[in-house]
Amino acid sequence: MLEVSDLHCAYGNVNILQGVSLSVTAGEILCLMGRNGAGKTTTLKCIMGLVRSSSGSVMLDGLEISQLPAHKIPGLGIGYIPQGRRLFSELTVAENLEIGLMTRNSGRNIREQVLEIFPRLRERMDQTAQTLSGGEQQMLATARALCLEPAILLLDEPTEGLQPSMIEQIRQVIISMKNEGAAVILVEQRLDAVLSIANRVTFIENGISRETVDAEKLDRDNEYLARYVGV
Amino acid sequence: MDLGPYLLLASLEGAVQAAVLALTAVGLSLVFGVMRIVNVAHGEFFMLGAVFAWWIATFFGGHPAIGFIAALLIAPLLTGLVAVIVDWFVLKRLEYDPEGTIVATIGVLYIIQQVVLMTYGPDARPVEAPFNHRFYFPWFGYSSYKLFVIAAAIAILIGVWMIMAKTRIGLVLRATQLDRETATAFGIEVNRIYALVFGLGAALAAMAAVLIVPIQQAHYLMGGDPLLLSFIVVIIGGLGSLRGTVVAAALIGMSDGIISVFFTPTLAKILATLLVAMVLVYRPNGLFGTRSA
Ligand SMILES: Nc1ncnc2c1ncn2[C@@H]1O[C@H](COP(=O)(O)OP(=O)(O)O)[C@@H](O)[C@H]1O
Ligand SMILES: [Mg+2]
Repeated sequence: MLEVSDLHCAYGNVNILQGVSLSVTAGEILCLMGRNGAGKTTTLKCIMGLVRSSSGSVMLDGLEISQLPAHKIPGLGIGYIPQGRRLFSELTVAENLEIGLMTRNSGRNIREQVLEIFPRLRERMDQTAQTLSGGEQQMLATARALCLEPAILLLDEPTEGLQPSMIEQIRQVIISMKNEGAAVILVEQRLDAVLSIANRVTFIENGISRETVDAEKLDRDNEYLARYVGV
Repeated sequence: MDLGPYLLLASLEGAVQAAVLALTAVGLSLVFGVMRIVNVAHGEFFMLGAVFAWWIATFFGGHPAIGFIAALLIAPLLTGLVAVIVDWFVLKRLEYDPEGTIVATIGVLYIIQQVVLMTYGPDARPVEAPFNHRFYFPWFGYSSYKLFVIAAAIAILIGVWMIMAKTRIGLVLRATQLDRETATAFGIEVNRIYALVFGLGAALAAMAAVLIVPIQQAHYLMGGDPLLLSFIVVIIGGLGSLRGTVVAAALIGMSDGIISVFFTPTLAKILATLLVAMVLVYRPNGLFGTRSA
């Protein structure tokens, strides 16, 4: 479904990605793992077109999208949940969702579906995003992306700084998206979270994707984790 | 006249100033807020609005109201178009770099001024007011057109507020202002929004100018004062805050009017500039600003 090959990109003249390849199919969860600064966030931004790639390709269902203007990419059905949530802080919950709904002209029924997944947000519709708790903010960031009815979901460390109950809820949403046939790319540092939901894991080191392995092959004393993540 | 009526007269003059200033400054504030650039050529868009108004009014002839209404509709449109062209050919190419755009808009300022000097000439020319009744208070008569200016400016400001608060495009503008990268990740074409905002900001300055030309004549150097006062207002109101800008414009415009009537216009400018200095020292985010960056 989404196939990234040999992606290179730079900020100014500092090379950040120097050969990232990965692929994810419908109904599958691919985890990206790697140390801080390895280039996981940059990989997702590059897929979204927010950072221009200097070479390599991003194919979505056979269509090369890496040369498209960035604002055209979400409309193809890619929902992005950025690291640190990046909500429109002074806009209300309802307005944040509206931005998501506008992306692909989704109807009111989509908004209802999303609010059924996150009933807490319904009680907070007129509050500004910055007044929500951390967990509610993550719900809103996720809900905003689900408003696109995404075929592909990119999540960048969605459980960062959340309480266990909230982590579990986010996990359930990711699993149900997968079961509905979405392709999911998840950047995650927490090993237990990865092992319990990932199908495959791609390890990134210094801007290069080193290896992709089935999640079943990983366990706590696996050499991959020691080498690429340092646990 | 007693002090009371004199004060009323001074307040009316101040309110006219405040109304026009609020429109101009909201244009500047919108551009700064959404695009994060300081538009030094903003006063020239004001001047262009006045000059276009003269041309349009002269072209239409007939009853002054026809020319005036035509000017009020067309001059902001033409000015907005000039601004969109500037955005496309200059600002976009600089990738909206904060320092680069300051220097570039200084250049644009001189280009617009000189082109107007070469075509329109060095003369100050009036546009006739659409109507010229006098409204009689018990103590003095007052131009009904000036009262209309106050009302029209308030109506336009309410219109801007409605667009920003209640429409889809307003929502998109606010989202872009808050986080352009995330806005892009949700399908918003930031470059188009920037062109629109730059055009809208210039059009607001032009509307203010069309309202003022029946009172003050159109002249190629008339952009200086509105630029300075708009900067003062935008700084006092808090960069990018529309509500703060309107309140600060009312404050500066009214006090400018009243102090000018009772003392001298120079004293009014001195006090306004002093206020800016105080705000910069004690409330660097403006009286109403919230953003810390
Ligand atoms: N806007 C930027 N400008 C310059 N360098 C950046 C920028 N964003 C990230 N980097 C650098 O790119 C590298 C990869 O960052 P990132 O993709 O955020 O890593 P990760 O998400 O894996 O922790 C880091 O070395 C980081 O310092
Ligand atoms: Mg990261």
